[in-house]
Amino acid sequence: MKFQGTLGDTHQDGKAGGQGRTAPPTIQAALRTETGKGWLTISPPLLYAFLLLIGPILVIFANSFWTQDYLTIDRTFTLANYKAALSEPIYRDLLLRSLQVSVSVSIVTVVLAFPVAWFVSFRGGRYKGLWLFIITVPFWSGYLLRILSWKVILGYNGVINTGLLHLGIISEPLDTLLYNTTAVIITLAHSWAAFAILPLFVSLEKIDRTLLEAAADLGDGPVRRFMRITLPLAMPGIIAALMIVMIPTVGDYVTPKLVGGKDGVMIANAIQVQFGKAANWPLGAALAVSTMVIVAVVSGAMVLLLLGFRRLMK
Amino acid sequence: MTNETMIGITDVEKHYGSFRALGPVSAEIAAGEFFSLLGPSGCGKTTLLRLIGGFDDPTSGAIMISGMSMAGLPPNKRPTNMVFQSYAIFPHLNVAENVAYGLKRMRLGREEESRRVDAALAQVELTGLGPRMGDQLSGGQRQRVALARALVMRPKVLLLDEPLSALDKKLREQMQVELRHLQRQIGITFVLVTHDQYEALGMSDRIAVMFAGRIAQIASPREIYQNPASRQVADFLGGMNFMTCRDFRTQGAEYSALLPGLGTIAGKLDNGRGIDPDNATIGIRPERLRIVWDGETADPKIVGKVIDRHYYGEITNLLVSIEGQENPVSVVETNDFGADDIPVGSSITLTHDRDAFVVMEG
Ligand SMILES: Nc1ncnc2c1ncn2[C@@H]1O[C@H](COP(=O)(O)OP(=O)(O)OP(=O)(O)O)[C@@H](O)[C@H]1O
Ligand SMILES: [Mg+2]
Repeated sequence: MKFQGTLGDTHQDGKAGGQGRTAPPTIQAALRTETGKGWLTISPPLLYAFLLLIGPILVIFANSFWTQDYLTIDRTFTLANYKAALSEPIYRDLLLRSLQVSVSVSIVTVVLAFPVAWFVSFRGGRYKGLWLFIITVPFWSGYLLRILSWKVILGYNGVINTGLLHLGIISEPLDTLLYNTTAVIITLAHSWAAFAILPLFVSLEKIDRTLLEAAADLGDGPVRRFMRITLPLAMPGIIAALMIVMIPTVGDYVTPKLVGGKDGVMIANAIQVQFGKAANWPLGAALAVSTMVIVAVVSGAMVLLLLGFRRLMK
Repeated sequence: MTNETMIGITDVEKHYGSFRALGPVSAEIAAGEFFSLLGPSGCGKTTLLRLIGGFDDPTSGAIMISGMSMAGLPPNKRPTNMVFQSYAIFPHLNVAENVAYGLKRMRLGREEESRRVDAALAQVELTGLGPRMGDQLSGGQRQRVALARALVMRPKVLLLDEPLSALDKKLREQMQVELRHLQRQIGITFVLVTHDQYEALGMSDRIAVMFAGRIAQIASPREIYQNPASRQVADFLGGMNFMTCRDFRTQGAEYSALLPGLGTIAGKLDNGRGIDPDNATIGIRPERLRIVWDGETADPKIVGKVIDRHYYGEITNLLVSIEGQENPVSVVETNDFGADDIPVGSSITLTHDRDAFVVMEG
């Protein structure tokens, strides 16, 4: 192989090969073009993304079409896993419950996070940075620790029950607080609060305050201003926050395991069992892929719904 | 223009912490008047305009609009509308929706609303641009949409915060003419903030010149230019030659003074504005000094030497040093007699009208 260029002509950052040259472009020459340089620059993160993100997905995807044969994997193509994943009542129920939990969690989290983000952005003054810092403080403790602390709060002898007993509101501890879907929703909503607050804060920060003054000038009071300007312009942040919370919570299995009890089990717990104790990777993979697709569809529907709402707000 | 007062501003002050950004200022703006607030950056123009519009509350003092106290009233309850310096076009709405924004609440019905929107768009020559999104407009278009959006509300007072400063020179001059036309045509009160003296002079019925939170003078453009109240006002509006002066005396409404190199001058103190002889400056506008060409007779004759020359196309600005004067005077001449041919270093004879001098504070 012959070098097309020498050090001397690296200054011509144009196309590979000069005018009238007929020699085929080599890799070196191709790398000197704008596009080539671009690819070169992003190649480390691209490689990283491919190995750590796309690679595993491909493995899962492939597995979902195979069959577990005791200790070995039978690599003939089959849709049997999907059939099982989508038709067996146990998995269907778990999937529906997971969706219900994750949609509820994302809505609850965003509804609770919005006022916080609004307050920091609009009323934070020069202490915005400090407020954001304070918001992240609870997240310095471990994930497990936070879940376990909700166990302490919601438990039979927990903070809420003893408090209510002391106040005489109840005569014996409530056993409906912990080990059910509601407990899972409460705990997850708390876990993801900061992740919802940040995108909401950013989108609220980006709203030009004179737009709100202009709305006031044109006759709108605070509520109409909020509905017609703040909310539609914060919509990208709201969508981002919903997705950031919803997508990972579908697959959460630690929280349901610790505070969900029998009724709080979610699809990820089943997937975990298939990859672990039950040792049926293909079924686990089919469950995972099904979940992924369904979550994507539900997210898309939510986005469309919100954009429609935004159009309505005009 | 009627003489009925539209906006009354009485001893208004605005403090930010211990910093007094404005005041105390007082002014009366007549109904149908085109009133400008002119002053350098940071002098409090926007602050005053925002107080009139209700976006901020004055620390003290009172603002009346159309005979009603505005104390505590938010912008949405005031008979004013504002064209913001940044235009504040709603980016998620198209042009027609932007213009219709304030009409929505009135529930006019679809037909009446779109009739008014179309009329407002026609008024600012944006017919047909209705479906364009708010974030896809040029500077001039944004400015017109902001104007249409405010005018469609039929306010008693339109507040404009440097509405033309973001436009290029050509478009700015065109919009100045159009704004002035529009104001005459619809007859509502305009309060315009600007730091461009030509804009203020060319468009306004009256101008308030502001410095450091205070109003230095309120008068018609001609009055402000020809009879500035203070050295600061004169300096801000156009050029002014401040003369070295000895022996300044006043007697009633008359004054006399000795200007080294120019002789003794005398004249009337205008408008009965009293003046403290110890704090007075005499000046003359550069265009009021004229070159005396060979063979011309003139009285008085002032001899000087050209030390610099600036050519501006239709005019030439000569810097002339005069014996006895500390600073060289600037002389502006049109080029039709050949002022642009006078070489630097040559001697020159100047003259002026007897009443060309201005006495001002400072
Ligand atoms: N929110 C605020 N907090 C503190 N100081 C302020 C605030 N708003 C304005 N100021 C100060 O008040 C003074 C007047 O400001 P203002 O905006 O009225 O100036 P302006 O005349 O409109 O200037 P420009 O021509 O640059 O727009 C300035 O010194 C400014 O720094
Ligand atoms: Mg300003």
